[in-house]
Amino acid sequence: MRLVDATEAPPAPPEREHWDLRLYVAGQSPKSLRALSNLKDLCEEHLSGRYAIEIVDLVEQPSLARQDDILAIPTLVRRLPAPLRKIIGDLSNTERVLVGLSIRPDRRA
Amino acid sequence: MPAPTLTALPKAPTGISGLDDVTGGGLPRGRPTLVCGPAGCGKTLLAMEFLVRGITEYGEPGVFVAFEESAEDLVANVASLGFDLAQLEADGQLVIDHVGVVAGDMEETGDWDLDGLFLRLGAAIDEVGAKRVVIDTIETLFGAFDDTAVLRAELRRLFGWLKERGITAVITGERGDGTLTRHGIEEYVSDCVIVLDHRVIEQTSTRRLRVLKYRGSLHGTNEYPFLIGESGVSVIPISSVSLAHHVSTERVSTGVPRLDAMLGEGGYYKGSTVLVNGTPGTGKSTLAAQFCDAACGRGERALYFAFEESEAEIVRNMASVGIHLARWVEAGLLRFRCSRPGLLGLEAHLFAMQKLVTSFEPSVVVLDPVSDLLRIGTRADVSAMLTRQVDFLKAKGITTMLTSLNSDADPDQADQQIASLVDTWLLVRTMEGNGEHNRVLSVLKSRGTAHSNQIREFLLTSQGIELADVYVGPQGVLTGSARQAQEAQERAEGTARVEELAQRRSDLARRREAVEAQTAALWRAFEDEAETVESQLSHGSTGAEGRADQRVEQGRLRRADADSDEPLAAVDDRDRGAA
Repeated sequence: MRLVDATEAPPAPPEREHWDLRLYVAGQSPKSLRALSNLKDLCEEHLSGRYAIEIVDLVEQPSLARQDDILAIPTLVRRLPAPLRKIIGDLSNTERVLVGLSIRPDRRA
Repeated sequence: MPAPTLTALPKAPTGISGLDDVTGGGLPRGRPTLVCGPAGCGKTLLAMEFLVRGITEYGEPGVFVAFEESAEDLVANVASLGFDLAQLEADGQLVIDHVGVVAGDMEETGDWDLDGLFLRLGAAIDEVGAKRVVIDTIETLFGAFDDTAVLRAELRRLFGWLKERGITAVITGERGDGTLTRHGIEEYVSDCVIVLDHRVIEQTSTRRLRVLKYRGSLHGTNEYPFLIGESGVSVIPISSVSLAHHVSTERVSTGVPRLDAMLGEGGYYKGSTVLVNGTPGTGKSTLAAQFCDAACGRGERALYFAFEESEAEIVRNMASVGIHLARWVEAGLLRFRCSRPGLLGLEAHLFAMQKLVTSFEPSVVVLDPVSDLLRIGTRADVSAMLTRQVDFLKAKGITTMLTSLNSDADPDQADQQIASLVDTWLLVRTMEGNGEHNRVLSVLKSRGTAHSNQIREFLLTSQGIELADVYVGPQGVLTGSARQAQEAQERAEGTARVEELAQRRSDLARRREAVEAQTAALWRAFEDEAETVESQLSHGSTGAEGRADQRVEQGRLRRADADSDEPLAAVDDRDRGAA
């Protein structure tokens, strides 16, 4: 019998996972714009080709704030892969974003 | 500088019993109020009642933002108070928004703000047209965000934003060490601060409320006890009861005719308070029962709060002295409420009593015995509670009888504070002598009545209470069999005197007969002689001169009997006629 180390053998290889991200913003505020720009850069760098970003403007759809339980702006929600994760802020601290979203830097790149 | 116009601060009534009295009309309208206190003090409930009453009584829809409890929990928790939150939500009057916050859940990756909360709160407010908002408990956010500087700035902005929108808000906060709230949010919500407390004194918990601060308004500064009852929160303001109640000159019978006479003009004043104070087994409860019996007999309702005996025990015990209470219970005129003092806190007792009094509307109330309440509170607390109870009952014109037990060892310390409250103070105690204990009753005080200063012996007979005169003699006050012996002796002496008198009367009658017989004999002798003389005169045995002499002689003789000459003339006429 072979022991499997969970940290070394994830259920699916990270490069094959599809990332479904949703960014909640409030109108065209500087923080929101900054967050979107940071997110795009980060995804291109780490999740190239296997991510989708949906932007929800709570000024236009305020009922979604309650529905999705959003407090802070901007909030980034990782809907896929499970489990659901939430991080807040303008995503300027890349280290924290990577930790918060559990993105492993692609070592082969 | 123009003179400022003096307009009263607009207030939003809470509809919470007593709280509007304490705050002088409610919470500051259009401003946030902080309600803080330790865990389990009733913050959430108070805040929820503020919202619900706002909707049901003042037509002001509301939003409840819950950071701690889920909407389902909230709905279930207040259902027991008769608040149907689901219905209010369905009616479009209420929004309950549960904000899920998990400590350490959110990674902070740069600048953020609470626009999400603002937007969702704004949406909820707009949805129902809310005028009132509750945020319970916003300090939970301090566990979720690392950057407290940003959070504080955002909270300040939030309260400002609520003010701008004219929302009357209640913010709850948990008490911290040496601060009102754990994270010092009182710094941002400073228009009105209400502090709740929950203390356990002698194993009985009492909730208290205090308005710490109310900017721009007068408010009660005391700590007020409050209760969470079946119909929500009730604050009991001590000072809201004034001494301006209506005073009656009508009298209410005590149920004991002799006691009515002792108090003068027929008993207690209607609406007065009577304290029956005494050592154990002196008949305090019996006096109370007879009072109720008399009230029910007049067709009035009586309410009997018993802290020692059950209803069945009281009914049975009183039946043995001829006071039949069961018939009044059946007729719906008499109601008992029997509970051990320790069952509830003082305030809860007070509240339960007042509630029952309000619904039953009795004309007579008995609290038997109030001294038992001392087990669950300090003397000062019990005194304060009774003051409020007495004022409450007086304001309703209810005649109240309190009984109080004092121990033999300490008879004079008869709950002085209670005694000063009451209008009539009856003392029942036992007197020991000749190997027996006998009950005696005296009226120690009775405001506004010319009451008797006499001690009466208090007898429990098969027809209820009777009062007998005690014998006061050279041996002191005699009661019981000593009094009976004394009475028997007096009766015997009385009988002897009566017999002697009868004897003397018959003696006198006999002597009268003897005197009358003697008088009659004398008259007979005199008349015989007079007849002899007359017959001698008519047969001419004397001369004319002799006749004249005899007339003079006879006149003199008669004058000895009469005072004037007139009867003499009359005698002459008669003599002449006879001649």
